[in-house]
Amino acid sequence: MNVNVPPGAIANAPHPVEWPEGALTRVPYWIYQSPEIFAAEQQRLYEGPIWNYLCLEAEVQKPGDYRVTHVGSMPVVVARDFDDEVYAFENRCAHRGALIVLDGGGKARDFTCVYHAWNYDLKGNLKAVAFEDGVNGKGGMARTFCRSDHGPRKLRIATFCGLVFGSLHDDVPPIEEYLGDEVAAKIARVLHKPVVVTGRFTQVLPNNWKLYFENVKDTYHASLLHTFFTTFRINRLSQRGGLVIAPNGGSHASFSYVDKTSTDHDYSAMGIRSDKDDFALKDTTILDTVDEFGDGCHMQILSVFPNFVLQQIHSALAIRQILPNGIGRTALNWTTFGFSDDTPDMKRRRLVHNNLAGPAGYVSMEDGAVGGFVQRGIATASGERAVLEMGGTEAVAEGTRATEASVRGFWKCYRAQMGI
Amino acid sequence: MAEAITLERIMALQAAYIRCIDGNELERWPEFFADECLYKVTSAENHRAGLESAIIYADTRDMLTDRVLSLRQANVYEKQSYRHILGLPSILKNGGGEAECETPFLVVRIMHDGQSDLFASGVYLDTYRLDGGDLKLARRIAVCDSSRVDTLMALPL
Repeated sequence: MNVNVPPGAIANAPHPVEWPEGALTRVPYWIYQSPEIFAAEQQRLYEGPIWNYLCLEAEVQKPGDYRVTHVGSMPVVVARDFDDEVYAFENRCAHRGALIVLDGGGKARDFTCVYHAWNYDLKGNLKAVAFEDGVNGKGGMARTFCRSDHGPRKLRIATFCGLVFGSLHDDVPPIEEYLGDEVAAKIARVLHKPVVVTGRFTQVLPNNWKLYFENVKDTYHASLLHTFFTTFRINRLSQRGGLVIAPNGGSHASFSYVDKTSTDHDYSAMGIRSDKDDFALKDTTILDTVDEFGDGCHMQILSVFPNFVLQQIHSALAIRQILPNGIGRTALNWTTFGFSDDTPDMKRRRLVHNNLAGPAGYVSMEDGAVGGFVQRGIATASGERAVLEMGGTEAVAEGTRATEASVRGFWKCYRAQMGI
Repeated sequence: MAEAITLERIMALQAAYIRCIDGNELERWPEFFADECLYKVTSAENHRAGLESAIIYADTRDMLTDRVLSLRQANVYEKQSYRHILGLPSILKNGGGEAECETPFLVVRIMHDGQSDLFASGVYLDTYRLDGGDLKLARRIAVCDSSRVDTLMALPL
């Protein structure tokens, strides 16, 4: 489909485009279904004044290291040049538009498009055009052709705590301002020393990307849908914890602290499915938490608008990159990591704790499917809307996680960026 | 002298293993493993690169039992089943009561509404061990050819 429709196209969309009454507490279902919205998201979000997570600095650690990724639907190359700086550019040859880099990453001195051998440096500058001066005095490029006038689009780069972010927009705020102080501090507490990538997986979700991002921010559902945690009193809503939301609404962190003495009757009184006291594990390594960050926080889920999640569930550390794969499909790219000074015990603990998350994760498995339940449920309901009134009507963090404040924050940020 | 591990016994175990999973008798699944065992589901890309983390990782048999308990009691997923089709096993090493073997697999996932898809292909990297006369899996690494998993992986491979 054409992702470069002019901004005015939204007004001509066949779907209703007026946001329903109720400001942040109503979400119309056409937002997950409309091709026009999908196209506008590429222009206004991914290529707009926002920061896209691209990769870890650890993945482009040495000069010549490169990784491919996406900014929304745009293919992108991230590389470290020999000046030791990280660069990123659209993975599109300036000649005919073919992909410049075909694999997922590796080491290179430069890049050559396979189609007509146009050559690029690690910054994405066009350095050589095959037969530029012709062959035996014949042919060659027009005299007016100037290599420096041609090249793939380049991204601005910002790094924060070993994370590489890219933006295509000139007016993007500094990364620290974009994240907000509180979310930035929550990133820094996890990524406080050199990381080592331990694995990469992609989970393909049968739903629009926004349904997954909302799910990440939805502290209300966590202990209701994911019964593994509640069963072991790892994530009761009454447990000590909290929520911070960035000023722009788009980024958040939710966290909880170990409190094994807490018992509460909120769940059993309500007869909710997630309370199963007879459920006991034979091997409790997965519940064996260590206070590796020295602050008693055993779980933190953090998001940065529009495509980044940082996960700490016990010692299971991962980054999840959320990328649209069409209107009703999302690629969730998992990068699991540890630290370079992990002991053998810690390495094993992380391997075991990784069972909590990922496509087969005891805790996150349901999140792979629940977005699809919504996408299928709303099949003919583009004129209807979701209700987000838990914890009030604002996108402000309160002392509880039984709230949809963070989801409302997502819509606040989304609508501001999209202009709808 | 240790009893020999024959191709026939390996194939009989493999047949019983996939019959157990595909027939929804998951409670018996841990019984195919030795007390000390390693079960892992990973991708070819991670395996090649020596990246250790896995989609499923269990280094005790109790962890396998716990996974079944969690799938039965705690996790929420739509009703589904697998059909495993195995290729021919290649025995790479055999002796001293242990055998190493490599077997290709295809797994079709059948959802409750009849939707059937090729869910996974790959190879089992196995170590078999004789345990008091019984053949058990001391190690099974399911190396999936693809790093992509559709929706979720509820049932084990």
